[in-house]
Amino acid sequence: MAATAPDVCWVRAAAALLLGCCGAALASGVQDQAEQFFRSGHTNNWAVLVCTSRFWFNYRHVANTLSVYRSVKRLGIPDSHIVLMLADDMACNPRNPKPATVFSHKNMELNVYGDDVEVDYRSYEVTVENFLRVLTGRIPPSTPRSKRLLSDDRSNILIYMTGHGGNGFLKFQDSEEITNVELADAFEQMWQKRRYNELLFIIDTCQGASMYERFYSPNIMALASSQVGEDSLSHQPDLGIGVHLMDRYTFYVLEFLEEIHPASQTNMNDLFQVCPKSLCVSTPGHRTDLFQRDPQDVLITDFFGSVRKVEITSERVSLESDLAGFESK
Amino acid sequence: QFQLTVPVAVVFAPGSVPGDLPRPLPFRDVQEMEIPVNLRTSVTSRYETVYRSTTAQENIALHAATAQEADAALHPLQDALLGSLTVYVVSETSSLLPQGINVYVGKHRSALVRAGSGLATLHSRLQQLTQVMSFTSSSIAAALSDGVPDGQLGPDARRHLKSSLGYEITFSLLNPDPKSHTVDWDIEDAVNRYVQPVLDKLSLVANFSVDSQILYYAVLGVTPRFDKESSSFLLSTHSLPHVINPVEARLGSSATSLYPVLNFLLYVPERSHSPLYIQDKDGAPVSTNAFHSPRWGGIMVYNVETPTSPQALFPLHVEVDMVRVMEVFLAQLRLLFGLSREELPTEFLMESPGNEGLADWELDRLLWAHTIENIATVSTTLTSLAQLLDKIGNIVIKDDVASEVYRAVSSAQSAMAKLAAGHLHSAFQASKEAVTSSERAFFDPSLLHLLYFPDDQKFAIYIPLFLPVAVPILLSLAKIVRETKQRKKEPTKMD
Repeated sequence: MAATAPDVCWVRAAAALLLGCCGAALASGVQDQAEQFFRSGHTNNWAVLVCTSRFWFNYRHVANTLSVYRSVKRLGIPDSHIVLMLADDMACNPRNPKPATVFSHKNMELNVYGDDVEVDYRSYEVTVENFLRVLTGRIPPSTPRSKRLLSDDRSNILIYMTGHGGNGFLKFQDSEEITNVELADAFEQMWQKRRYNELLFIIDTCQGASMYERFYSPNIMALASSQVGEDSLSHQPDLGIGVHLMDRYTFYVLEFLEEIHPASQTNMNDLFQVCPKSLCVSTPGHRTDLFQRDPQDVLITDFFGSVRKVEITSERVSLESDLAGFESK
Repeated sequence: QFQLTVPVAVVFAPGSVPGDLPRPLPFRDVQEMEIPVNLRTSVTSRYETVYRSTTAQENIALHAATAQEADAALHPLQDALLGSLTVYVVSETSSLLPQGINVYVGKHRSALVRAGSGLATLHSRLQQLTQVMSFTSSSIAAALSDGVPDGQLGPDARRHLKSSLGYEITFSLLNPDPKSHTVDWDIEDAVNRYVQPVLDKLSLVANFSVDSQILYYAVLGVTPRFDKESSSFLLSTHSLPHVINPVEARLGSSATSLYPVLNFLLYVPERSHSPLYIQDKDGAPVSTNAFHSPRWGGIMVYNVETPTSPQALFPLHVEVDMVRVMEVFLAQLRLLFGLSREELPTEFLMESPGNEGLADWELDRLLWAHTIENIATVSTTLTSLAQLLDKIGNIVIKDDVASEVYRAVSSAQSAMAKLAAGHLHSAFQASKEAVTSSERAFFDPSLLHLLYFPDDQKFAIYIPLFLPVAVPILLSLAKIVRETKQRKKEPTKMD
């Protein structure tokens, strides 16, 4: 009897060790799978950046949009995948004391209008109709490729809008408005045609949160610079140029983005904290209930940059380099 | 509610007929299998099998020395319809198939199977074979996936190229160091000789257009590490995703075409970074020295040997070995389309398709997946179009939009009917027409609705316009009514 007890103990210890090893292997396998599940499944990135205000005193909206354009290009999205809509020309405006520049920081520290800015819709082409045409894809066949949003079901799209807005609408060019219901319907049509995988909508206007209230399509995350009833304020005037250069929310978002590089692992929760009330005076809001993944697992570069999935090519086609083709010549 | 019919012919060579056949040869059999995809859609696969014995000519062909010759000899004897399969069963002791190999998959639409001990083994081998050569339940599910992660398919499920009417292929040569290397590549000849046959075979699937360019001073986005042991530079796997971005901005694309672009880049490293190898996850250098990105294209690094004599003249003249390059690029093209040769059971042997790039049955696989995807796209497009029109009452449908919709519906129905009948080629053509019509109808520029009027805005706009004008009108109407009433009363008084 005494001999069997240690045998049993030995067997039990071995079984426990074996189970432990299996458990560890299983756990790492499950963890790999879990990691895979939380990654975004996109293969390309697009950005639609819209500035909707005209006139010289709305310099800051153009500077906002161009700063976001610059960050997005720096993080890797090429011009062919960016649709930039600027409602007025500030760099060559007759009232600009420093022509061919658009500054985003006072004391003229940062010129965001370089020589590789590619504006796709300019001046009077920025209308509600053209904006909705870009989003839904109902574009006349004569439109060139650079003016189209050729996204597919594996595209992550960043949409940034800035200008003057109110409760439920955004003003375009001082003559028309887009309502939050129209925007929500446009996104729904994009979803129906699978024109996006995930969408990040950022809006920097007064009462910006009202614009994302009506969204109902899946996989949309929205950020706004102010809640309903609040105004978004501008950041700093520059006495040399004579206008306000940037809006507060975009200014702090840009400071945040300057620290992001293409390999960074910063996630969306940090972007939500970007402009607290002490700095921004308005309360930024965000909406993530339509989004399937947890914001903590969403990388900033999923939307602002273009980090592609790659696979090593391990196969090779065997070609015969004999001259079968020569006879056809 | 798809039904996919595959016509299969199983031909028994003498000496290979299993003893426990249910009926004497020749006979027909139909096997149906249900593939559950999701709640709304179900796919039934139907294998219509004809069992017969060999004809005299087939017998002669089967006595060839190797399986490859047998396959080549058997090819003219089949009526190779697109989507059909022919399986020749040889006896267990036949020397046609090498040792340990039980199934040989040819490069046309036929295969050679070794007869097993009984009908059951034959059936299981046949089932495995048909799954490889036509479609599997996962490929069907991937083709039908709507983009909503149902939980069954991971986020990587749809990374093959979407079915499209055309693709643009661009070959680019990147030379970041023209002072050290003058690189010549005879791309036109290589495209005509190696790429064009593959594209001709794929022309059934889509239209392809090819162009090429050379970019100078285009650097990769990542600085490679120097490895002392091998005295070479290495790019690790996790730095590869960042390589593409700075180059992509300079790649450019055709301004007129709207087709998806596939970029194949050949990078000749600078002299200061030569030789450059790509490391895989385990740290070993990749044999092809290339990597690809789903739905985008591929990059290959071409190392130039450093000259041994110190008096070499710079810039060095480099003549690119296009065969080596095209082998990798064509493999990447196949992988981008989803044709991989890696997941095969061990007892299978596949014939290499040679210069054609892909076997006939691989083309069939693509066609099955694309046809189903096209039909699914048509149905979702038309459903969402109908929903849109229901919701917004004041969109005007032009006549040509309506006719496109009718055409799309009829083409889709005919495609499904042809799929059920087993005619893959005409089913694919019908599905292509259906997709073209439905896209044209959905994306017609006239369907943009900008007429959202909330009720309070209607009041706010129309009341200030009409109320002031309405006041004098209503007052004068009231006055007229009062006067007529008074005049009616007056005559009675005057009496």
